[in-house]
Amino acid sequence: MRYAYYPGCSAESTARDMHQSTLAVASALGIEMIEPKGWTCCGATAGHQTDRVLAASLPAANLVKIQDTGLECIVNCAACYNRMKVANHEISTDSVIRRSVCDAIGRDYDGSVKVRHFIEVLLEDVGLETIGNAVKRSLNGLKAACYYGCLLVRPPEVVKFDDPENPTSLDRLVTAIGGESIDWPYKVECCGGGLSFSRTDVVIELANSILGMAESAGADCIAVSCPMCQVNLDLRQQDIKKQTGKNYQMPVVYITQLLGLGLGISPAKLGFNKLMVSASGVLEKVKINSNG
Amino acid sequence: MITIKKTKTGETLKDAVEEISGVDLSVCFQCKKCSSGCPVAKLTKSPPSEIMRRLHLGAGNKLLESDIVWTCVSCETCSARCPMGIDVAAIMDALRKLALDRGASKQEGNVPLFNRAFLKTVEIFGRTYEIAMIAAYKLGTGKLMNDTEKFPTMLKKGKISLIPSLGGDRKTVRRIFKKTKQNKGTKV
Repeated sequence: MRYAYYPGCSAESTARDMHQSTLAVASALGIEMIEPKGWTCCGATAGHQTDRVLAASLPAANLVKIQDTGLECIVNCAACYNRMKVANHEISTDSVIRRSVCDAIGRDYDGSVKVRHFIEVLLEDVGLETIGNAVKRSLNGLKAACYYGCLLVRPPEVVKFDDPENPTSLDRLVTAIGGESIDWPYKVECCGGGLSFSRTDVVIELANSILGMAESAGADCIAVSCPMCQVNLDLRQQDIKKQTGKNYQMPVVYITQLLGLGLGISPAKLGFNKLMVSASGVLEKVKINSNG
Repeated sequence: MITIKKTKTGETLKDAVEEISGVDLSVCFQCKKCSSGCPVAKLTKSPPSEIMRRLHLGAGNKLLESDIVWTCVSCETCSARCPMGIDVAAIMDALRKLALDRGASKQEGNVPLFNRAFLKTVEIFGRTYEIAMIAAYKLGTGKLMNDTEKFPTMLKKGKISLIPSLGGDRKTVRRIFKKTKQNKGTKV
């Protein structure tokens, strides 16, 4: 299994832990991930809130580079995944946009490079059975609230990722490594996404309600697959405490970090030390020394 | 109650919004499913279904000052659940673009300023560079101390980087920004 892996900008900053754990899990499962040379930003929320052609051109500049390698494009950041999928959709269905994008990137591109999320590769190409067989350390007793947010599942007709209202991909992975995925109603609610700095008030309100629901559903941790969800739910817990007095101390971990634990990879290699709210409770539950 | 104030010329926003977003607004029948699922509906004065209605009734540029324009989190729940398949989120993108192009008065928060700071670092470095972006944004807002207490921990944990990543194809990115600016105002 060989793929082009687009890490995205957050892999070099706020989501270094997601990047590390993704590569560690891929390597443990025999998945080869090749980083395209010279990859650049997808434009994120700021891009599509500003200009449609800009929003499609920034991902397209990366997709043509990947087209040259002949490989499928694998993305783990839900935001980049979403922008790449939407760009492909716009370019392949709207000839005016396509012309403007090709002019902007200085190359012809038809929107045909296959973009997949790392979770899709795990479920479809590797398979739950293989993952289950590779488990070295069961996550038995760990209750995870799987949180998908917006960008993985919407717009459903473009991303075509799982069921848009009740997705189960992350839940199935948690179960495959022996953990328990809890039933809760906020799987696809929004955390406030890219407004973390510009409308912190909105993010605090939304993150507070998601954390509150996970807590009342009895979760030991929230499992995510998006760097923006992770930051908003993890980093903003200290602001929520300051403003509302509510002290959740709820670990917000990447699904790849949980998978890595199950596959026997050390917490340090999976970036557990980078989380703002300590996940030592999670590590204790799976009986690992947090210095491991 | 919704009151609509038409501009003197009778100009409506509807055509401009439809042209930019490529969305046909006329099929909305006000079921309000978009507002029911909207995570910020309770934080705004005008939920998405009301914006749709106002556009229908011929609202003018005043609508661009609605607080939802810069409170909308682009979660796309509205688009995903619309029974008529209307991409409401694309309409919100169009309203943001028009609000900037037509100089609508600034609403709470500084989303446009953040977006400019974000895209400027992408234009220069090819990839996001948090420190420069946050600095540019904070200088613009004048609220220098917000969130700064988190920086030492984030630096220590490698969650933000002091040095920009320069491995990206900056030439192509600069070309994209140049071309997009040149084409501003043309139909897309």
